[in-house]
Amino acid sequence: MTGTPVWVQLTYLLAAVCFILALKGLSSPRHARTGNLIGAFGAVIACVVVFFYADLDHVVPILLAIAVGTAVGLVGARRVQMTQMPQLVALFNGVGGGAAALVALLELGDLVGESPEGFALAATAFTILVGSVSFSGSLVTFAKLQELMTSRPVVFVGLPIVFGASIVAAVLLAVLTVTDPAVWIGIVLAVVGLLLGVLLVLPVGGADVPIVISLLNAFTGLTVAAGGYVLDNTLLLVAGTLVGASGTFLTKLMAAAMGRSVANILFGALKGGSTLGAGEASDRPVRSAGPEDVAILLGYAHRVIVVPGYGLAVAQAQHTLRELVDVLGDRGISVDYAIHPVAGRMPGHMNVLLAEAQVPYEQLKEMDDINSEFKQTDVVLVVGANDVVNPAAKTTPGAPIYGMPILDADEAQQIVFLKRSMRPGFAGIENELLFDPKTTLLFGDAKDTLGKLLSSVKAL
Amino acid sequence: MSEPVVWLTIFILSVFVGIEVISKVSSTLHTPLMSGANAIHGIILLGAILVTGSAQTTLQLVIGLVAVVLASVNMVGGFVVTDRMLQMFTRRKPVEKPTDKPEVRA
Repeated sequence: MTGTPVWVQLTYLLAAVCFILALKGLSSPRHARTGNLIGAFGAVIACVVVFFYADLDHVVPILLAIAVGTAVGLVGARRVQMTQMPQLVALFNGVGGGAAALVALLELGDLVGESPEGFALAATAFTILVGSVSFSGSLVTFAKLQELMTSRPVVFVGLPIVFGASIVAAVLLAVLTVTDPAVWIGIVLAVVGLLLGVLLVLPVGGADVPIVISLLNAFTGLTVAAGGYVLDNTLLLVAGTLVGASGTFLTKLMAAAMGRSVANILFGALKGGSTLGAGEASDRPVRSAGPEDVAILLGYAHRVIVVPGYGLAVAQAQHTLRELVDVLGDRGISVDYAIHPVAGRMPGHMNVLLAEAQVPYEQLKEMDDINSEFKQTDVVLVVGANDVVNPAAKTTPGAPIYGMPILDADEAQQIVFLKRSMRPGFAGIENELLFDPKTTLLFGDAKDTLGKLLSSVKAL
Repeated sequence: MSEPVVWLTIFILSVFVGIEVISKVSSTLHTPLMSGANAIHGIILLGAILVTGSAQTTLQLVIGLVAVVLASVNMVGGFVVTDRMLQMFTRRKPVEKPTDKPEVRA
């Protein structure tokens, strides 16, 4: 930081404080939006200041590149459907990691000419490696969530061996970068990092992908921190570390919400045993009914709980659902939404989607608050959800979701599933609850079916 | 200023701050928080600008510019998408699609 004027360092400090306030704001519903804006403000002043003090060449191309990136980011962020938001975050995270890796590669080129200290070289190697992991890993999570590839765990014979060999190669190359720095070693290290990222994410099942995104997010934070050390820039160090630490902690929180450990999520599939019920649709008899029957069930209930899932979001049916709930409310029926922590594709995703449909915040009940109420509930309406009410999480050790806390929908008097088909949920296992005598199935597209339900209830 | 120990001190303290500030987050906000943190590491843009500004060869310049583009996508996109998510928690939009919104309340 020796060549940096004091006023610039103070600006960096201000930006760092902004980032801390941003994270703090983002953890409380009331200040979240302000927090985000404060963070954006900090980032902008830091990036503007650099043009005024640093002796930069190529200013015009740099500004053009920023304009291009800004345009792409803006369009992506504005256009994305709220249902596809998790994969967009993954993509943004990946490109951030990629940028960090490229910066470190360039810096390595500069360092080779000088006589650098070992610590800086180690930090450079770390940034190249982990940045590449984050980049390719995020692209794979994107492909999984966007369903460009199967969302089921991908495991091939010898994967643990290839994975182990890649880690050994990465460590050796990193050591070599420190002892005998050369740009080509950095490039090979980046390639190994890309491979590692792919291998790390392939065996992760679809339902666990959001947790991996969070983990890769923390990785990118740490690479940025290491990059800060290499570039002699305190702001990068502080900001990167903040994200690395809070991201790691958030990953743990998310995994805990699913009753899993991070290690189990990453490497569970490698140990085998999570291939249970490998997606076979069974021909066992189920009870299905028409919208009119279900309308009667709902219309004459006293207490109804709605369990929304990703299927609701895919069908864009959240608005119709809210209308149905409003009509039931007008009939004097007490209706709440039970939100599983990982409903949707990311923790908190379902809250975002329902808020978009203007469901009042008070009607959204978190799992721990509502689980005791299922016993006194007449009808549970499960819309496009499956795994979060699957009793296998409690009863079947060995199931991929075993140990995940679930909504106790099975304790209600009646359960109605709105489903497109008998296909298993995201975790790829069958749901015993579908075959329960208390359960009624209503097949069809969620939006369509809810529309029919709505008119049937109104006709009662 | 650039003794490793000073840097280590900043690093360790930042770790504690990072964990402390988000320790009380409710699960409702996990997704926006992750997205916001994601935007913050877009600050690598600063590093990308600095290295690109001192590029010597065309190849270095091109790599640097790619890094600048990627980092700005990360930063700008990250903050904007986070804001979009959070908007939904606060503001109520009166406009609704007429097709799936027949008048419900008599």
